[in-house]
Amino acid sequence: MKDEVESREDRVANLKGMGCSRKRVEDARFTQGKGNYVDDIKLDGMLFGDFVRSPYAHATLKNIDISAAMKVPGVLAVLTAKDLEPLGLHWMPTLAGDKQMVLADGKVLFQGQEVAFVVATDRFAAADGIEAVVVDYEEQPVLVDPFKAMQSEIVLRPDTVGEDGKPVAGAHGPRKHHNHIFTWEAGDKEPTEEVISNAAVVAEEFMYYHRTHPCPLETCGCVASMDKVNGKLTLWGTFQAPHAIRTVVSLISGIEEHNIRVISPDIGGGFGNKVGAYPGYVCSVVASIVTGKPVKWIEDRMDNLMTTAFARDYWMKGRISATKDGKITGLHCHVTADHGGFDACADPTKFPAGFMNICTGSYDIPTAYLEVDGVYTNKAPGGVSYRCSFRVTEAVYFIERMIEVLAIELNMDAAKLREINFIKKEQFPYKAALGWEYDSGDYHTAWAKAMEAVDYDGLRAEQAQRVEDFKAGKTRKLLGVGLTHFTEIVGAGPVKNCDILGLGMFDSCEIRIHPTGSAIARLGTISQGQGHATTFAQILASEIGLPADSITIEEGDTDTAPYGLGTYGSRSTPVAGAATAMAGRKIRAKAQMIAAYLLEVHDDDVEFDVDRFAVKGAPEKFKTMKEIAFAAYNQAIPGIEPGLEAVSYYDPPNMTYPFGAYVCVMEIDVDTGVQEIRQFYALDDCGTRINPMIIEGQIHGGLTEALAVALGQEIAYDEQGNVKTATLMDFFLPTSWEVPNYQTDHTVTPSPHHPIGAKGVGESPHVGGVPCFSNAVHDAFRPFGLRQSHMPHDHWRIWKIANDLGLHD
Amino acid sequence: MLEKKHYKLNVNGEAVDVLAEPRELLIYTLRESLNITGPHIGCETSHCGACTVTIDGKSVKSCTMFVAQADGKEITTIEGLGNPDGLHPLQEAFKEHHGLQCGYCTPGMITRATKLLEEIPNPTEEEIRFGMAGNICRCTGYQNIVKSIQAAAAEMSAAKEAAE
Repeated sequence: MKDEVESREDRVANLKGMGCSRKRVEDARFTQGKGNYVDDIKLDGMLFGDFVRSPYAHATLKNIDISAAMKVPGVLAVLTAKDLEPLGLHWMPTLAGDKQMVLADGKVLFQGQEVAFVVATDRFAAADGIEAVVVDYEEQPVLVDPFKAMQSEIVLRPDTVGEDGKPVAGAHGPRKHHNHIFTWEAGDKEPTEEVISNAAVVAEEFMYYHRTHPCPLETCGCVASMDKVNGKLTLWGTFQAPHAIRTVVSLISGIEEHNIRVISPDIGGGFGNKVGAYPGYVCSVVASIVTGKPVKWIEDRMDNLMTTAFARDYWMKGRISATKDGKITGLHCHVTADHGGFDACADPTKFPAGFMNICTGSYDIPTAYLEVDGVYTNKAPGGVSYRCSFRVTEAVYFIERMIEVLAIELNMDAAKLREINFIKKEQFPYKAALGWEYDSGDYHTAWAKAMEAVDYDGLRAEQAQRVEDFKAGKTRKLLGVGLTHFTEIVGAGPVKNCDILGLGMFDSCEIRIHPTGSAIARLGTISQGQGHATTFAQILASEIGLPADSITIEEGDTDTAPYGLGTYGSRSTPVAGAATAMAGRKIRAKAQMIAAYLLEVHDDDVEFDVDRFAVKGAPEKFKTMKEIAFAAYNQAIPGIEPGLEAVSYYDPPNMTYPFGAYVCVMEIDVDTGVQEIRQFYALDDCGTRINPMIIEGQIHGGLTEALAVALGQEIAYDEQGNVKTATLMDFFLPTSWEVPNYQTDHTVTPSPHHPIGAKGVGESPHVGGVPCFSNAVHDAFRPFGLRQSHMPHDHWRIWKIANDLGLHD
Repeated sequence: MLEKKHYKLNVNGEAVDVLAEPRELLIYTLRESLNITGPHIGCETSHCGACTVTIDGKSVKSCTMFVAQADGKEITTIEGLGNPDGLHPLQEAFKEHHGLQCGYCTPGMITRATKLLEEIPNPTEEEIRFGMAGNICRCTGYQNIVKSIQAAAAEMSAAKEAAE
């Protein structure tokens, strides 16, 4: 018999289950130009909608004249707020509890804001129509600085002020000022103040984590098709959370949820840009209802960078205290968060500043306090998590910079300071001062491995020599050694404290085993390049003993997939991956009963072994999962329903806490400000590893996005609120020329509460990478007295650091 | 709106006649009129390279070329490089070495790489990184793209040697 000669090792290998670098099943279509992205969708009679956008950052709207536009060949309709108002759709709820104008209602609050929606036969005709819409604006004074906004008499949002002229409470409590959105606190204020004021050593710093943008290569877009005959609305779009979009569309449009089908086709990268709901979606739906035809809306790159989903824009003020020998005693953080004209963050409802309270990082800090003030300005709305869990990049940047300035204050090596303060392995599960319970970690082991891999002491010796040589005029290049040890918090999240618009942040998987032993599994998530069709099949293969190659993974169609909250915040593996394993275990439980019946033994007398159930103590007596699948469909088994299907909705008991140790070695030319990354070592611990090839790919990609943010990428405004970086000419996306090769490494500390021990990985390299690149720049200039310089560290800013330090004299 | 005109193109070996406004950008002619949706639109300013095609033997970003300028030209897109029964070595290599993630840049990236390997059959890593710098990828960090192109170059050189 074949099975007798096939070794257990071979049987494991045949499954292509967890732990192997299975090649991606997605790639056949992508490498042949056969992907199906939203702009590839073509429907009969489909129209194209596009926006008239405000050239001003703050203006009142006197009049909109659409008469000339309506005469433009190909233009069928021009929607304004007046058309949406009777439907109650001129404003829409944001995911942050605020509301946002769909089309300008009396005023505009940021440059590029949507003013009117022109619907035409194609995008060129729509562009002609946009040119012909005449809008009469009256310019208003502009607030682009959140500190000035908090002092200003100018009321940006009339709805923030009551009849008595005083600020009214917002979604997250009372306002301090009419341009103030919320205050959010974590930790203990008084004890923290006390610890810091009595400490032997205190380091203070103020840092700006600049505004940037996820900028996936594919912009946002959708196709709305209202079938008036059946009363069904189909909405294809670049949605990272298709089910949530369906619920939102239903709530704001009044169309019953069963009459809405939301489909996320292939998505050309998301990185947080495609989580929220945008005016383009609402206008496309309305336009389809009005015209009776499908309507497509696709952002161009300027629309994308100027209007949908910026990230960061956090002004962070920190104080950190320690004993003389470097043991940290307290941490205080205050953030002024610039949210733009509307609070359109995509955070869980109870966390208006996301998980910023992970800002105690990898360190055992007994006392801490965090306060975040959200502020309105005349900038685009958003505040999304750009390749990170909610505000975790900001939090990790903050603590990893505070550690560096504390090291300067203590005149201590920054690696040593980290070592002294790491949470110890035996302290897990670790209850942090700002509320989280870290599930597992072994930071000292990871750190030691990293230090050894890069020969840290050797690097410091080289750096010291370099400084000598520089001072002696022998070189004009400095050497920076950037360090970071990050702890992420991902996998949102437990329904008890995580929801978005009231929707619990569980996730789901539904599995159907076909009679011949292949399967389809559907999930509530949606891949944007992460390779879910490959990796989720690997989880299932290991769980149910059918080859990954025989398992189809399907996501993104709300008519077929079970409800889930989608893919962002590295939540797919921690939440939907867990649901997949749990659903697989339900399959296995039923398969066990079928196997026992077929083998004529008691259920407890068979055991699962790779791809089969075998009689305990008699491994030659077995039924393969393939045989069991067929039996499920052709045998009348007493007490067991036919078929083999399962569904699992997984509510995670806790978040997962991936971590990593990164080192960046950077050469900096003092005279040009040009930096070169000589080495980048990234050790990641994401718990159980499902597909090492895909993990490595995620690390490379995340580090490159981190390099971009740290070294040049920003959304910058001038004083009039004009976006200065609205095209790829000005907005830095690294090319192959600027990017180094990365050296990846890992340790494995499984999550104790996750069914397969996995923690999620896609965002770690971004979260850890940004402070590591930034610390390298700072470290190069530390011997010359640099303490803090705001990102992005582009060539000009690095040159300026050198210049300000007198290194050009 | 301008008066539509007829343009004769040769796309992936097939002669086609399109009726379009002269101002129409070539990428839209390919995608909307000819249903060739492999090349993508990422920026419309020639920066990202998602729309890269080959025109008369040269890599061209089709988002910034009018269809009128392409009249009479020979155009190759990702769809013309291989098919399920016989993939181009670069298509194989990108799959093998995880040279893609979301797939959006991939058609332009591979199409550009075919020309790079014609220009320099055995490129160094530096030559690859320089020669591919007109094509942006947001997912991979390029490391595996470089690896894929190196592997394809080796494969193609070996095949050429075997044939000689």
